[in-house]
Amino acid sequence: MPQMNMIEAIRDAMDVKMAEDDNVVVFGEDVGYFGGVFRCTHGLQEKYGTSRVFDSPINESGIVGTAIGMAAYGLRPCVEIQFADYIYPAYDQIVSEAARMRYRSSAEFTSPLVIRTPCGGGIFGGQTHSQSPEALFTHISGVKTVIVSNPYDAKGMLISAIEDNDPVIFFEPKRLYNGPFDGHHDRPAKNWNSHPKGDVPEGHYTVPIGKADVVSEGSDVTILTYGTMVYVAEAVKEETGVDAEIIDLRSLLPLDIDTIEASVKKTGRCMVLHEATLTSGFGAELAAQVQERCFYHLETPVERVTGWDTPYPHAQEWDYFPGPARVGAALKAMMEAV
Amino acid sequence: MANYKPLQFHVPEPTGRPGDEPDFTGIEIPSAGSAPRPDIDVDPNDIKDLARTIIRVMDKEGNAVGPWAEDIPEDVLMHGLKSMIRTRAFDERMMTLQRQGKTSFYMKCTGEEAIAIAFQQALSKGDMHFPTYRQQGILLSQDYPMVDMINQILSNAKDPLKGRQLPILYSVRDYGFFTVSGNLGTQFVQAVGWAMASAIKGDTKIAAAWIGDGSTAESDFHAALVNASVYKPPVVLNVVNNQWAISSFQGIAGGNSATFAERAHGYGIPSLRVDGNDYLAVYAVSRWAIERARRGHGPTLIEWVTYRVAPHSTSDDPSKYRPKEESTAWPLGDPILRLKNYMIKRGLWSEERQVQSETEFDEEVRTATKEAESHGTMGSGASPKEMFECVFEEMPPHLREQRQKMGV
Repeated sequence: MPQMNMIEAIRDAMDVKMAEDDNVVVFGEDVGYFGGVFRCTHGLQEKYGTSRVFDSPINESGIVGTAIGMAAYGLRPCVEIQFADYIYPAYDQIVSEAARMRYRSSAEFTSPLVIRTPCGGGIFGGQTHSQSPEALFTHISGVKTVIVSNPYDAKGMLISAIEDNDPVIFFEPKRLYNGPFDGHHDRPAKNWNSHPKGDVPEGHYTVPIGKADVVSEGSDVTILTYGTMVYVAEAVKEETGVDAEIIDLRSLLPLDIDTIEASVKKTGRCMVLHEATLTSGFGAELAAQVQERCFYHLETPVERVTGWDTPYPHAQEWDYFPGPARVGAALKAMMEAV
Repeated sequence: MANYKPLQFHVPEPTGRPGDEPDFTGIEIPSAGSAPRPDIDVDPNDIKDLARTIIRVMDKEGNAVGPWAEDIPEDVLMHGLKSMIRTRAFDERMMTLQRQGKTSFYMKCTGEEAIAIAFQQALSKGDMHFPTYRQQGILLSQDYPMVDMINQILSNAKDPLKGRQLPILYSVRDYGFFTVSGNLGTQFVQAVGWAMASAIKGDTKIAAAWIGDGSTAESDFHAALVNASVYKPPVVLNVVNNQWAISSFQGIAGGNSATFAERAHGYGIPSLRVDGNDYLAVYAVSRWAIERARRGHGPTLIEWVTYRVAPHSTSDDPSKYRPKEESTAWPLGDPILRLKNYMIKRGLWSEERQVQSETEFDEEVRTATKEAESHGTMGSGASPKEMFECVFEEMPPHLREQRQKMGV
């Protein structure tokens, strides 16, 4: 089976879909000739031509707005917003338009489009290249929100997203593009070569949207997480010896609440872990749903470990990032509480 | 310190407020027939003057003059006039329905009927409008059932949109009528995207984008123009300048600094400013821009100069912010009256037929309203169950659970 990093897996997903379906088009800032600042669309223009893979003006509301028009026409646009931090100019088009198209037109018009966007920190990107705005998209009705953590899922879920008949916001933690990152920023970077999720099948396969992945079974505490934090959780499990069950949510909306509920009822503890800011973050939704369903099984309060409620700082990146030390301490405190 | 005077903050004011005499002396009305008609493959730089003038065809005596005067087939003229009369009758009746409490909301297009209707008549099957909320003439000039429009307005059991959307924000795909957002400006750029798709697929369909003078201030207006400028898709960018955005006159959208049509110049998009109350001019310029788009010469922006005779909506009271007699003082007149006079002069129409037509359409609207009301009024027929449908193609578990909780 071919080894791929997440960039190659994402590119391969688009390649597979573009070869299968003439209606799939790819565009965004720098994605055409150059192949994207993270190289995710490298080679696609050469292969499929400028009518299907092209550069867009620096105009995010235009990227999404034109994609909505194309989708209404019958195309399946898969567009790139260069950094998730740049998605806000497109927010109105996503919230008021793409998300509501099916609803307000009684399905006469739909928005089968994918918005790919790199998110998260860990690359010294400062406040404008590091954000994790996923919660903003789970709060609106009519879009699906996905965040992938490895090459295998990235390819399979991007294919699912392109085939989906509803709009999908597809977050790609940029710190994971080249390898799993466990938060130990002072240690040598790992790549995907030696990771089982770096084995990516050729051709078409899908990973469904709406299904979580139990990446590590355990009995003492459930860690609900996604994106880069999956690897921080794994490192903490190993370093603390706490028998944690780690769930990679993968899809925030729809949410696989059944998998979450079964796990928390089994372990009796729940930590919610994400890189985004704390207040009104997706962790708040998770904590609420867990207490609604599992309150009488909980031995400790649901614990949230997240980025601080500050803009993403530059020099203080590793103070902001909820790394293994902070997560480990919180996990131990939970276990010692009862 | 240099001797600077204190800066002064500038807020534009209209020429008249309640209690004032209407004043349109600032609007220069060129004589009919004075604007040249370029070839459709013209270089935008060669027709910049057309964004500053007003293209007009009908002169004061009711003659069609100048290079934009086309030999419009009689059945087209007849259908255009009747559709305008029909639309006005529809608007009057729907306004009454709202006053009777049978619907929550309505918006009339009085005085602007010629624009949507003549443009629609110049379009072909398969093309797509991205309308705003004052283009009901697009549907009312086609054979779309009037009763379905009223069902939508009443949000009743036969509402095609199942009660989910505000009255008048129709969606009728088969009639080239894209679902109206209700947010302003957002659809201008979507029309550009739709047209890009037509070009990507190598089709010959074109898109018609619609926006008002006020909403040209939205950043999506720029998004639409820059993308249209870059990719040159087959789209006609219609700006309906009806002078008022609720209570804000067109100067608040920047209309005093340059015409709305002139904005296209910075994007290298050809732009024409047209008398929107002159049916003959609307039809001719629409055909020109549509043909230009379909022949692959790219986008055109058209500013339709008109006047919003009606209140913004049923929730608005213009007597609070503009001179009472402003609509009657509007120098470009009434589009129905003007076309009527032209057709009478040509022997195609008469005062008697006008009265007869008005009566007939009033009857038609009354009958359709009665039928629609039999399916319920103001939400009385819409099912709560429908609220949860169509959020996604397949209902996800959390919505199913919420629907169960509601007990429907």
